[in-house]
Amino acid sequence: MTYSNKVLDHYENPRNAGSFAEGEEGVATGMVGAPACGDVMKLQIKVGKEGIIEDARFKTYGCGSAIASSSLVTEWVKGKTLDEALTIKNSQIAEELALPPVKIHCSVLAEDAIRAAVADYKKKHGENK
Amino acid sequence: MSVDFSLDYFALFGLPRRFRLDGETLDRAWHTLQSEVHPDQHAHLSSGGMCGAIAGSSRVNEAYVALKKPVTRARYLLELAGIKQDAIDAKAPAPEYLIEQLEWREAVEEARQVRDIDALEQLALRQQIQADGIIARLAEQLDDRHDLEAAVDAVQQLMFFDKLRLGIDNALAAFDN
Repeated sequence: MTYSNKVLDHYENPRNAGSFAEGEEGVATGMVGAPACGDVMKLQIKVGKEGIIEDARFKTYGCGSAIASSSLVTEWVKGKTLDEALTIKNSQIAEELALPPVKIHCSVLAEDAIRAAVADYKKKHGENK
Repeated sequence: MSVDFSLDYFALFGLPRRFRLDGETLDRAWHTLQSEVHPDQHAHLSSGGMCGAIAGSSRVNEAYVALKKPVTRARYLLELAGIKQDAIDAKAPAPEYLIEQLEWREAVEEARQVRDIDALEQLALRQQIQADGIIARLAEQLDDRHDLEAAVDAVQQLMFFDKLRLGIDNALAAFDN
């Protein structure tokens, strides 16, 4: 299978790879995984005082499409409120990266990771922020 | 002899429907059955009969492959118990478990980058111990307690560990070259 240029670009130059320092203010973590392909994805968001996502990090063990999907969403969530971040749909990720049908589940995983990270933030900070 | 397609994989081999299964017993049952149904035994048949023999033979092989590995055998037992394969894959694994898996992957990645073969072999050993523990739990969950929910989680864990093992083996193989 050949990857699209956008997938290759994210795979070779991942954006925001890594983790935030332990205990850093405003950080929430989403952990998701797909047993069928063994992929594990960690997405962290750093939320500022105004409830805006200021920064994001990811760490993904999986195929190129899973890495590219999580790399892309770290770019997309930046500058968004939590609710805005939740509007990102896997179909948009798949379209942007030109994922073939067999790799759609990678974009679903990335969308799930956003939901998990936002849920983690709300759990830590109460629903109102 | 023709293969009865209505039989499940265990019944096909005349084995009890259980997770605990001795590999040699399965191998013997497979050899016996395959020698009876293999198309070479049916060279005298018409082309229609031959097609049936080929289909039967491949059904026997399909059954063998499904029962041979613990992870596929457990998935098949869950399917017989009414839990679809898709449902096993769709259930979200617990975050704590995923964090643990991430740490394993990080350890493998670090060892690979500094070409630490001893560390990789240690990881392979520890992985094997973990996988064996899950297999022992699966036997209890599926055969003794019939705790299907717990078995689904254990199957997922085994799938992640199989993937981890593949990563370790690939890293070690890369050093051999």
